[in-house]
Amino acid sequence: MDLVQVGEEDFDPAEEYAHLRTSGSGTGAIATFTGLVRDSGDLSGVTGLYLEHYPGMTEQVITGLIHQARERWDLHRVRIIHRVGSLRLTDQIVFVGVSSAHRSDAFAACQFLMDTLKTSVPFWKKELTDSGEHWVEQKASDRQSGERWEE
Amino acid sequence: MATDTITVRYFARLREELGTDSEVLALDAEQRTAGDLLNTLAERGGPWRQLAGDQPVMIAVNQAMARPHTRVGPGDEVAFFPPVTGG
Repeated sequence: MDLVQVGEEDFDPAEEYAHLRTSGSGTGAIATFTGLVRDSGDLSGVTGLYLEHYPGMTEQVITGLIHQARERWDLHRVRIIHRVGSLRLTDQIVFVGVSSAHRSDAFAACQFLMDTLKTSVPFWKKELTDSGEHWVEQKASDRQSGERWEE
Repeated sequence: MATDTITVRYFARLREELGTDSEVLALDAEQRTAGDLLNTLAERGGPWRQLAGDQPVMIAVNQAMARPHTRVGPGDEVAFFPPVTGG
Protein backbone atom coordinates (compact mmCIF):
# COMPACT_ATOMS: atom_id res chain seq x y z
CA MET A 1 0.00 0.00 0.00
CA ASP A 2 1.26 3.47 -0.88
CA LEU A 3 1.73 6.18 1.72
CA VAL A 4 1.47 9.95 1.28
CA GLN A 5 2.05 11.80 4.53
CA VAL A 6 2.37 15.57 4.93
CA GLY A 7 2.66 17.00 8.41
CA GLU A 8 4.84 18.28 11.22
CA GLU A 9 5.77 14.88 12.67
CA ASP A 10 9.22 13.39 12.15
CA PHE A 11 9.60 9.92 10.59
CA ASP A 12 11.75 6.85 11.07
CA PRO A 13 13.45 5.74 7.82
CA ALA A 14 13.98 2.24 9.30
CA GLU A 15 10.25 1.88 9.80
CA GLU A 16 9.59 3.06 6.24
CA TYR A 17 12.19 0.63 4.90
CA ALA A 18 10.50 -2.20 6.80
CA HIS A 19 7.17 -1.36 5.10
CA LEU A 20 8.87 -1.36 1.68
CA ARG A 21 10.62 -4.65 2.44
CA THR A 22 7.37 -6.48 3.15
CA SER A 23 5.95 -5.77 -0.31
CA GLY A 24 6.06 -9.44 -1.30
CA SER A 25 8.52 -12.09 -2.44
CA GLY A 26 8.70 -10.53 -5.91
CA THR A 27 10.43 -7.45 -4.48
CA GLY A 28 14.11 -7.42 -5.35
CA ALA A 29 15.02 -3.75 -4.97
CA ILE A 30 14.37 -0.85 -2.63
CA ALA A 31 15.56 2.71 -3.32
CA THR A 32 15.11 5.47 -0.75
CA PHE A 33 16.00 9.14 -0.52
CA THR A 34 16.02 11.29 2.63
CA GLY A 35 16.46 15.08 2.50
CA LEU A 36 17.82 17.03 5.49
CA VAL A 37 18.01 20.67 6.58
CA ARG A 38 21.56 21.88 5.85
CA ASP A 39 23.45 24.96 6.95
CA SER A 40 23.59 26.75 3.61
CA GLY A 41 21.20 27.31 0.72
CA ASP A 42 20.37 30.71 -0.77
CA LEU A 43 21.88 32.08 2.47
CA SER A 44 24.82 30.87 4.55
CA GLY A 45 24.51 30.34 8.29
CA VAL A 46 21.07 28.75 8.00
CA THR A 47 19.80 27.76 11.46
CA GLY A 48 16.50 26.26 10.37
CA LEU A 49 13.67 26.23 7.85
CA TYR A 50 10.01 27.10 7.88
CA LEU A 51 8.01 25.00 5.41
CA GLU A 52 4.59 26.07 4.16
CA HIS A 53 2.24 24.05 1.95
CA TYR A 54 -1.22 24.11 0.40
CA PRO A 55 -3.19 21.57 2.45
CA GLY A 56 -5.32 19.32 0.29
CA MET A 57 -3.66 20.23 -2.98
CA THR A 58 -0.27 19.02 -1.73
CA GLU A 59 -1.52 15.49 -1.09
CA GLN A 60 -3.46 15.37 -4.38
CA VAL A 61 -0.45 16.43 -6.45
CA ILE A 62 1.83 13.88 -4.74
CA THR A 63 -0.74 11.14 -5.31
CA GLY A 64 -0.81 12.16 -8.99
CA LEU A 65 2.99 11.91 -9.22
CA ILE A 66 2.88 8.39 -7.75
CA HIS A 67 0.25 7.50 -10.35
CA GLN A 68 2.54 8.80 -13.13
CA ALA A 69 5.49 6.84 -11.69
CA ARG A 70 3.41 3.66 -11.65
CA GLU A 71 2.56 4.15 -15.33
CA ARG A 72 6.25 4.42 -16.24
CA TRP A 73 7.83 1.80 -14.01
CA ASP A 74 6.88 -1.49 -12.39
CA LEU A 75 6.59 -0.49 -8.73
CA HIS A 76 5.45 -2.48 -5.74
CA ARG A 77 5.21 0.10 -2.95
CA VAL A 78 5.76 3.84 -2.78
CA ARG A 79 6.04 5.80 0.47
CA ILE A 80 6.40 9.59 0.47
CA ILE A 81 6.63 11.73 3.59
CA HIS A 82 7.15 15.51 3.58
CA ARG A 83 7.35 17.58 6.71
CA VAL A 84 6.02 21.13 7.15
CA GLY A 85 6.31 23.81 9.84
CA SER A 86 9.49 24.71 11.74
CA LEU A 87 12.53 22.50 11.23
CA ARG A 88 15.99 22.78 12.72
CA LEU A 89 19.43 22.16 11.25
CA THR A 90 19.98 18.46 10.38
CA ASP A 91 16.26 17.65 10.77
CA GLN A 92 14.71 15.32 8.20
CA ILE A 93 12.52 17.09 5.63
CA VAL A 94 11.48 14.51 3.08
CA PHE A 95 11.47 10.76 2.49
CA VAL A 96 10.84 8.98 -0.80
CA GLY A 97 10.98 5.17 -0.81
CA VAL A 98 10.16 2.80 -3.65
CA SER A 99 10.17 -0.98 -3.89
CA SER A 100 10.28 -2.89 -7.15
CA ALA A 101 11.42 -6.14 -8.71
CA HIS A 102 14.50 -4.52 -10.24
CA ARG A 103 16.94 -1.78 -9.30
CA SER A 104 16.56 0.24 -12.52
CA ASP A 105 12.84 0.81 -11.87
CA ALA A 106 13.44 1.59 -8.19
CA PHE A 107 16.27 4.08 -8.86
CA ALA A 108 14.45 5.83 -11.71
CA ALA A 109 11.12 6.12 -9.90
CA CYS A 110 12.79 7.42 -6.73
CA GLN A 111 14.64 10.10 -8.70
CA PHE A 112 11.54 11.01 -10.76
CA LEU A 113 9.48 11.42 -7.60
CA MET A 114 12.10 13.61 -5.89
CA ASP A 115 12.72 15.74 -9.00
CA THR A 116 9.03 16.36 -9.67
CA LEU A 117 8.26 16.84 -5.96
CA LYS A 118 10.62 19.81 -6.01
CA THR A 119 9.04 21.51 -9.02
CA SER A 120 5.34 20.68 -8.98
CA VAL A 121 4.11 20.18 -5.41
CA PRO A 122 2.97 23.30 -3.49
CA PHE A 123 5.64 23.47 -0.77
CA TRP A 124 7.67 26.60 0.02
CA LYS A 125 10.80 26.81 2.14
CA LYS A 126 11.89 29.83 4.13
CA GLU A 127 15.48 29.86 5.36
CA LEU A 128 16.02 31.17 8.86
CA THR A 129 19.34 32.68 9.97
CA ASP A 130 20.52 34.76 12.94
CA SER A 131 20.41 37.86 10.74
CA GLY A 132 17.01 37.35 9.10
CA GLU A 133 14.83 35.11 6.97
CA HIS A 134 14.45 34.51 3.25
CA TRP A 135 11.96 32.64 1.02
CA VAL A 136 14.02 30.22 -1.06
CA GLU A 137 13.96 30.90 -4.82
CA GLN A 138 13.25 28.07 -7.25
CA LYS A 139 16.49 27.06 -8.98
CA ALA A 140 16.85 26.72 -12.75
CA SER A 141 18.73 23.46 -12.10
CA ASP A 142 15.73 22.07 -10.17
CA ARG A 143 13.39 23.15 -12.97
CA GLN A 144 15.58 21.34 -15.50
CA SER A 145 15.69 18.22 -13.32
CA GLY A 146 11.88 18.21 -13.21
CA GLU A 147 11.48 18.95 -16.91
CA ARG A 148 13.78 16.18 -18.11
CA TRP A 149 11.08 13.65 -17.21
CA GLU A 150 8.55 15.32 -19.52
CA GLU A 151 8.65 13.37 -22.72
CA MET B 1 -28.94 30.53 -5.48
CA ALA B 2 -25.47 31.45 -4.32
CA THR B 3 -23.94 34.73 -5.42
CA ASP B 4 -21.17 34.49 -7.97
CA THR B 5 -18.06 34.57 -5.84
CA ILE B 6 -14.66 32.93 -5.92
CA THR B 7 -12.18 32.31 -3.13
CA VAL B 8 -8.65 33.52 -3.81
CA ARG B 9 -5.77 32.15 -1.74
CA TYR B 10 -2.16 33.33 -1.47
CA PHE B 11 0.83 31.41 -0.19
CA ALA B 12 4.41 31.87 1.05
CA ARG B 13 6.17 35.09 -0.01
CA LEU B 14 3.05 36.39 -1.79
CA ARG B 15 0.92 35.78 1.31
CA GLU B 16 3.37 37.79 3.40
CA GLU B 17 3.86 40.63 0.94
CA LEU B 18 0.17 41.01 0.14
CA GLY B 19 -0.72 40.79 3.83
CA THR B 20 -3.54 38.27 3.37
CA ASP B 21 -3.91 34.53 2.95
CA SER B 22 -7.35 34.51 1.35
CA GLU B 23 -10.31 36.61 0.28
CA VAL B 24 -13.70 36.09 -1.30
CA LEU B 25 -14.32 38.17 -4.42
CA ALA B 26 -17.44 38.86 -6.42
CA LEU B 27 -16.81 37.46 -9.86
CA ASP B 28 -16.93 40.14 -12.51
CA ALA B 29 -18.19 39.20 -15.97
CA GLU B 30 -14.87 40.39 -17.39
CA GLN B 31 -12.86 37.96 -15.29
CA ARG B 32 -13.15 34.79 -17.26
CA THR B 33 -9.67 33.39 -16.70
CA ALA B 34 -7.11 33.18 -13.92
CA GLY B 35 -4.98 35.65 -15.90
CA ASP B 36 -7.86 38.19 -16.00
CA LEU B 37 -8.15 37.86 -12.24
CA LEU B 38 -4.39 38.43 -11.81
CA ASN B 39 -4.56 41.61 -13.88
CA THR B 40 -7.53 42.93 -11.90
CA LEU B 41 -5.76 42.26 -8.59
CA ALA B 42 -2.56 43.92 -9.87
CA GLU B 43 -4.54 47.15 -10.42
CA ARG B 44 -4.80 47.51 -6.65
CA GLY B 45 -1.24 48.86 -6.82
CA GLY B 46 1.57 48.60 -4.27
CA PRO B 47 2.65 45.00 -3.61
CA TRP B 48 -0.24 43.76 -5.80
CA ARG B 49 1.53 45.02 -8.91
CA GLN B 50 3.90 42.06 -8.75
CA LEU B 51 1.01 39.77 -9.77
CA ALA B 52 1.31 41.15 -13.28
CA GLY B 53 5.05 41.89 -13.16
CA ASP B 54 8.18 40.08 -14.27
CA GLN B 55 8.32 37.62 -11.38
CA PRO B 56 6.69 34.28 -12.13
CA VAL B 57 3.41 33.61 -10.34
CA MET B 58 2.10 30.06 -10.24
CA ILE B 59 -1.64 29.44 -10.42
CA ALA B 60 -3.91 26.70 -9.12
CA VAL B 61 -7.64 26.43 -9.83
CA ASN B 62 -9.58 24.12 -7.53
CA GLN B 63 -6.29 22.76 -6.18
CA ALA B 64 -4.89 21.69 -9.55
CA MET B 65 -2.02 23.48 -11.31
CA ALA B 66 -3.39 25.90 -13.88
CA ARG B 67 -2.30 28.52 -16.40
CA PRO B 68 -3.29 32.14 -17.06
CA HIS B 69 -5.78 31.03 -19.71
CA THR B 70 -7.51 28.55 -17.34
CA ARG B 71 -11.17 29.55 -16.98
CA VAL B 72 -12.57 30.46 -13.59
CA GLY B 73 -16.19 30.32 -12.57
CA PRO B 74 -18.51 30.81 -9.58
CA GLY B 75 -17.50 28.82 -6.51
CA ASP B 76 -13.97 28.13 -7.73
CA GLU B 77 -10.94 28.28 -5.45
CA VAL B 78 -8.10 30.07 -7.18
CA ALA B 79 -4.62 30.24 -5.65
CA PHE B 80 -1.59 32.36 -6.54
CA PHE B 81 1.88 31.55 -5.25
CA PRO B 82 5.60 31.80 -6.02
CA PRO B 83 7.38 28.90 -7.79
CA VAL B 84 7.45 25.95 -5.41
CA THR B 85 10.56 25.01 -3.42
CA GLY B 86 9.86 21.79 -1.52
CA GLY B 87 11.87 18.60 -1.29
